[in-house]
Amino acid sequence: MLSARNTREKTIRGLFFLIAFMSIFTLVLIFLFLVKEGVPIFEEVSIRDFVLGRYWYPTSEPPDFGIFPLILASLGVTVLAAAIAIPLGVMTAIYLAEIASRRFREIAKPAVELLASLPSVVIGFFGMVVVAPFLQETFNLATGLNLFNAALMLAFMSVPTICSISEDAIYSVPKELKEASLALGATRLETILRVILPASLSGISTAVILGMSRAIGETMVVLMVAGGAAMVPTSIFDPVRPLPASIAAEMAEAPFRGDHYHALFATGMVLFLFTFCFNLVADQVAHRYKQTGAATL
Amino acid sequence: MSPPGKPTAAAALEQSPAMDILLQTHEARLRRRKRMEWLVFFMFRSAVAVTALALLIILFFMAANGWRAVTWTFLTQAPRNAMTEGGILPCIVGTASLALGAMAVAFPIGIASAVYLNEYARPGKILRVIRIGINNLAGVPSVVFGLFGLAFFVIYCQFGVSILSGALTLGAMSLPVIIGTTEEALKAVPSTYREASLALGATKWQTIYRVVLPAALPGILTGGILGIGRAAGETAPIMFTAAVFFTPALPSSLFDKVMALPYHIYVLATAGTEIEATRPLQYGTALVLITLVLGLNLTAILYRSRLRNKAK
Repeated sequence: MLSARNTREKTIRGLFFLIAFMSIFTLVLIFLFLVKEGVPIFEEVSIRDFVLGRYWYPTSEPPDFGIFPLILASLGVTVLAAAIAIPLGVMTAIYLAEIASRRFREIAKPAVELLASLPSVVIGFFGMVVVAPFLQETFNLATGLNLFNAALMLAFMSVPTICSISEDAIYSVPKELKEASLALGATRLETILRVILPASLSGISTAVILGMSRAIGETMVVLMVAGGAAMVPTSIFDPVRPLPASIAAEMAEAPFRGDHYHALFATGMVLFLFTFCFNLVADQVAHRYKQTGAATL
Repeated sequence: MSPPGKPTAAAALEQSPAMDILLQTHEARLRRRKRMEWLVFFMFRSAVAVTALALLIILFFMAANGWRAVTWTFLTQAPRNAMTEGGILPCIVGTASLALGAMAVAFPIGIASAVYLNEYARPGKILRVIRIGINNLAGVPSVVFGLFGLAFFVIYCQFGVSILSGALTLGAMSLPVIIGTTEEALKAVPSTYREASLALGATKWQTIYRVVLPAALPGILTGGILGIGRAAGETAPIMFTAAVFFTPALPSSLFDKVMALPYHIYVLATAGTEIEATRPLQYGTALVLITLVLGLNLTAILYRSRLRNKAK
């Protein structure tokens, strides 16, 4: 009877082990199917011309499949969004973790989570109907749907990610460090800047990388707000066409398994590789520089 | 100790005018440091205010422009007159079936994965690889999930553009959310529960099934609610796998195409010739989606904070 029980235990354990691999399995499937549908385009265009080509005219005759302007657009909106979201997110996190009263913290943390849960299509819609007309009038532009508007909307989507992960990191800095600094006569600000921030730097870096990863992969906002012009931007008020927007906008019209269809999957591969690298780096940073106690500093 | 009567160096210093100046500059520096602190803390406060303001402005605009459109007919009728009139019932039904379908996929797999990670796995290379996989799955862009759903479920598995393909795609996307929240719930179960059960002679599986899972159930359900909210709000994963602009009837099988709230907003706001005329419908649909998603999230958040307080 005991051995029957043992066999059952082992079977169950094995089953759970297999299921736990489903996430990796899905990840591998995603990559395999992107490659399967994306690689045929490289029989038409070389990888170099695809990635560095300056012209994206997939429907003209003959078509041009160069995603360089799309990559630049994606990097442009992400960097600008990061420039807005990083200070905002990290400062909010510091305030919530170190300065705010307990009661304020308990109201503000759920509010940040709510901001994170707003559907992206709603943020995109807001950018279209409220922010775009406002920008157009204020700055006297041809269109309010542009790089700046998209970056602004993306920033608000990545603030919650950056804020909540940084806040966890700041909050988990050992109390002794903070107390020692205050006891030496440092003000609270000096304690935050010279002791707490350096101690939680790896957590904050992880937060920033994940926030940027979210921004570069976000689709609906850039699809609705970025303006859609597949050109190399020359100013932050130019309409652009980031990678996800191009995929989402064109897939419905691309003929099944035609060159355009394969090119969009290859664009998806590039996007996947971008976020994959971001996430691996974030994981490394979080793992290698993990703060486990006062002693590891 | 210095002999009495003889002035010490310290006492001399205390009486010297140099000390006065020193003390004054020290006080001035302290004041400057305090002023600096106030200034920077003010910046921190402004950052919080900007973030909160953004949330409030978005909610306010959607509510102010949308509430008039949201009537009983709007919620219970199909669109009429080439989408310029009528309601959004098919979208609500579509979104509900997609989100619930996604949970039917992700919930069991997610819980089982979390049970393995938290109860069975020992720290080591394998655990690390699984964790990296989950983190990376969480970071895959939503439009890439859409491409994957199209290539794998729609074409390769021949499910077509259908609820099934959409729910499976959304399910794959929600997996990390469910795993994360379940793991948190399992970690909150005191290890004394496990030890007591094992000491009574129960096996590992009996302990998990009869002791750990019931204790963690409320937390796990919270994760499920968050998962539904997340799946309901996503647009890009269902664009190529499940959602269409218009269906003549409500869906009747898993292989039907559906209308969905987020996709409806996107299509009405960007395509077609009646963008301005359907503006009230767009605001109304957006308001319904926000209410649904934020309502689910708020429920989960409040429920979770009650659980945490009880645990304390």
